[in-house]
Amino acid sequence: MNELLLTVLTLSVLGVLLAIVLYFVAQKFKVEEDPRIDEVEKMLPGANCGGCGFAGCRAMAEAMVKNDDISALYCPVGGADVMKAAAGFLGKSAPEKSPQVATMRCGGTCAKRPKVNHYDGAKSCAVVNTFYVGESACAFGCLGYGDCVDSCQFGALSLNPETGLVEVDASKCTACGACVKACPKGLIELRKKWPKDRAIYVACRSKSRGAVVMKACKAGCIGCGKCEKVCAFGAITIDSCLAYIDPDKCKLCRKCVNECPTGAIHIVNMDPLPKEPKVAKPASVAATDVATQKPASKPVVEVKAEVKAEAKAEAKAETKSDVVNKE
Amino acid sequence: MKTFPIGGIHPSDNKRWSKDKSIERMELPDEVAIPMIQHIGAPSVPVVAKGDKVLTGQLIGQAGGFVSANIHSPISGTVTAVDIFPNGQGLRRQMVVIKREGDEWMPEIDRSTELKRECTLSPSEIIAKVRDAGVVGMGGATFPTHVKLSVPDGQKAEILIINGVECEPYLTSDYRTMLERGEELLTGVEILMRALNVERGVIGVENNKPDAIAHLKELVVKGNYRGVEIMPLKTRYPQGGEKQLIAAVTGRQVAPPPALPISVGAVVCNASTAVAVYEAVQKNKPLIERVVTVTGKELKETHNFLVRFGTKLNTLLERAGGLPDGDVKVLNGGPMMGRAIVDTSAPLIKGCSGITVISGTQTPRGEEAQCIKCAKCVAACPMGLEPYLLSKLARRKMWDKAEEHNTVDCIECGCCSYTCPSFLPLLDYIRIGKQTVMGIIRARAIKK
Amino acid sequence: MATKIFAAPSPHIHGGETTRRIMGDVVLALIPALAVSCYILGLRVLLITAVSVAGCVVFEYLIQRFLLKGRTTIGDLSAVVTGVILAFNLPLGIPLWIVLIGALVAIGVGKMTFGGLGCNPFNPALTGRIFLLIAYPVQMTDWTTGVPEKMLDADTLTGSTMLADVKAGLYSVSEVDFFQMFGGHMNGSMGEIGSFALILGGLYLLWRRVITWHIPVAILGTMALFAAIVGLEQGGDIIWQMPLFHILAGGALLGAIFMATDYSTSPMTHKGMVIYGVGIGLLTMIIRLWGAYPEGMSFAIFIMNAATPLINKYCRPKRFGTK
Repeated sequence: MNELLLTVLTLSVLGVLLAIVLYFVAQKFKVEEDPRIDEVEKMLPGANCGGCGFAGCRAMAEAMVKNDDISALYCPVGGADVMKAAAGFLGKSAPEKSPQVATMRCGGTCAKRPKVNHYDGAKSCAVVNTFYVGESACAFGCLGYGDCVDSCQFGALSLNPETGLVEVDASKCTACGACVKACPKGLIELRKKWPKDRAIYVACRSKSRGAVVMKACKAGCIGCGKCEKVCAFGAITIDSCLAYIDPDKCKLCRKCVNECPTGAIHIVNMDPLPKEPKVAKPASVAATDVATQKPASKPVVEVKAEVKAEAKAEAKAETKSDVVNKE
Repeated sequence: MKTFPIGGIHPSDNKRWSKDKSIERMELPDEVAIPMIQHIGAPSVPVVAKGDKVLTGQLIGQAGGFVSANIHSPISGTVTAVDIFPNGQGLRRQMVVIKREGDEWMPEIDRSTELKRECTLSPSEIIAKVRDAGVVGMGGATFPTHVKLSVPDGQKAEILIINGVECEPYLTSDYRTMLERGEELLTGVEILMRALNVERGVIGVENNKPDAIAHLKELVVKGNYRGVEIMPLKTRYPQGGEKQLIAAVTGRQVAPPPALPISVGAVVCNASTAVAVYEAVQKNKPLIERVVTVTGKELKETHNFLVRFGTKLNTLLERAGGLPDGDVKVLNGGPMMGRAIVDTSAPLIKGCSGITVISGTQTPRGEEAQCIKCAKCVAACPMGLEPYLLSKLARRKMWDKAEEHNTVDCIECGCCSYTCPSFLPLLDYIRIGKQTVMGIIRARAIKK
Repeated sequence: MATKIFAAPSPHIHGGETTRRIMGDVVLALIPALAVSCYILGLRVLLITAVSVAGCVVFEYLIQRFLLKGRTTIGDLSAVVTGVILAFNLPLGIPLWIVLIGALVAIGVGKMTFGGLGCNPFNPALTGRIFLLIAYPVQMTDWTTGVPEKMLDADTLTGSTMLADVKAGLYSVSEVDFFQMFGGHMNGSMGEIGSFALILGGLYLLWRRVITWHIPVAILGTMALFAAIVGLEQGGDIIWQMPLFHILAGGALLGAIFMATDYSTSPMTHKGMVIYGVGIGLLTMIIRLWGAYPEGMSFAIFIMNAATPLINKYCRPKRFGTK
């Protein structure tokens, strides 16, 4: 009986002593953490995608709590609603940013951009990019091994086996930007998201001269400048033989789409403008014949002339920065 | 017999296809395209414009920095374009295109063929001449030679090692150079030793080239080349790797990056580079041509050509009877480290020691399977790395782990992929990992 | 036929070694032992081996085809190797349905659950064997059923293995006829009796560079050394008999040459392989001399298989340029 008592006593004393030690240690090494971090983290989507630039949602929450000015922080996945809620909770002003969507800017399908060699290495765009240009003759086009598809956490990207190109599902895309980093050719851009997932963009990144582009791909931008001239809003600029549509200035009028001789300007969820304006109807039969029956042939002739002119003009326009395009 | 300490493989050397073909001078090309980057380092800046007349050996591209190289016109004629064109890999490069008119050389170049042995120039004068001539490492790495010869302050070169190993299968350009231009090579070695102020110069040659070893040994005795030694090495790939060769010859191992060979007192130059140095210093001849092996099992003919740079690869292949039908891979260099060429209308560049044509069933890679952990890649790695692991880490983008496992040590020799029974593209991914990790390390250094 | 230009990163040639060739070599190396076994024990050996191999291959095919719905890899012959080694670990009298269960456990549990070839932490054949040993101890240790009469006449055959007899103190190591032992006249599993043939197979694998010497030599060397020390302590006259007995008896050779060297369950570096081998040797001898079981090879390999990832973590190859 005595032994039992002794055991119980010793253990109890030991327990109390250790508890006191633990208490002081805990006091000494106590980490003060703002309870609001937990709350903000709960509001964030929890995808840990890194789209905000932080290692994960927790790090983002910490940054939002600690910084007084959170206008530079933005969660692309949660979007404006989440940011507003979190900012409201913290009593800070929410950053304003219009929603964006990833856009793959290459239209060189298998049919339009013939393969000139057969790639046999590891199936990864980054690997291809370590030593050569890819299976087509275009130095800028989609390689089609889907590094971006692998990088997408939200299943928004997919490789279309028929076209050999990557397609973006705008409804799933959260604009986290992982694919932008994954693409070694820099083909993916986060562009403004219009209502009803409409979009208009130049599906080409080739800075080569028109003649070179034409040889490598039938769907490339040849830098002819027709779209730039027709745009009433100054949204289109041409730089090193490549057109770019500024989404902030574009009003989705689609005039440029019909002007483009190679069909490099893509529209999504919209119908193109009718080819011939209605005013042209009363014109002579011969004129309409040319316009309706051979709609393709005429622009091509123009294009050729255009390309020659461009080729000459741009012969020396290629800047040094292109040359340094390292292997 | 000496060799390097760890790893390595023994691929069948396939040199028999072209080893007995003596060096032929290729006819002058009618038009050349000269890329403004043919070396490691900054691109050269063109100093000619469209319409300019140039002579053979005239400077057309000025070095764009210290680690860069001059580029000279390989023919005489008129510049027809300075523009961007695709190279052999289809990548866009600035090139100077010259149309040939006759073959008129710069007057200061000595075109006589007799050996000019005597050299009384000081080291700095020699280095200046090598720099002006645009000499780069001709084994494939194309590192500017004058940079190698400029030993940094506080360090001292003790030994010059000449790489006559040519461990790449198929290639025979260095072998033919050693056999046919032995005296020029040895004089080049003397000049290099003088430039580095070293007493000892060792030419490492693998013992699968016994006649080259015997020939050079004979010449050394006959010509009384003091301090020059011919060292036979046990045939093993990648003996021609700089660090492997130093270890084989001196027994010393260069510490992991960023340490350089000079840290163990060694400077390594390729055998063909030594000949180029001889020509640059003694004959004032800039680097405008080189010996190129055109070889392959299924080629109708194989050759060792002396070709001016800028010549279209097509013309070389046509002289070899054209590409065989079916699956082919055309390589700039040998099959272990050479680069696949997809555009054969591209020009020949300084680093191209051979055009190897792999054909038939050898062409496609085997079907990739799962890693069976056989550890053959670990045993084969000459740098003491774990290729299976580095490849997996790079595939999963675990860059910090890859750095921890020394992925930057990789010399991209390809022994791992060569041995893998599962046909895994080990090196393909390791290369990505290496490049990414090196980028991360650079970014970190800049931040500090 | 037109020219088709290929492009890939270097290297552009391959050594020609394939998984299938390696596994084929292992099967080839096992054939002498199979032949010796057939010669001594009769044709039933072939029947059991065939059932085991067929079981392994069919189970692998079925699992990959219908359960995992992926590519089938029976062409790499690794299932054949598992089948043969599993059969070699079974006694002659084993009922065929038990063989099939062993094959199912080996492939289904030992290999496919972990992701197939190269991903399994434990040797599949060993997994099957140990499962059977524990599930069917009677059938698995019956060394007499089905064994030809002429074999049973031999002095040493009492229905148990020599290891068990020595352990039980029925006779001492010095009484063993080593010449007979070397030639395969001893009780045991089908594959482990032909010492001579197993060594022959091992030499073939070494010559073909399928295995390196590190693991077998480390295992057998450790066992010999351990046995010699124990022998020394027991009395000077059996100093050489003790090591020889332990190397030739039981599954030491089969285990050291064919089972411990299994690629995916052994370490990647030579240093690691030696540590792994020494570990197996020590554990085997400890189990043999003081454990509950007369033979410890299987368990020793199994335990060291589990230690392999740890060995891999700490035994890195020597980095070039470091001391």
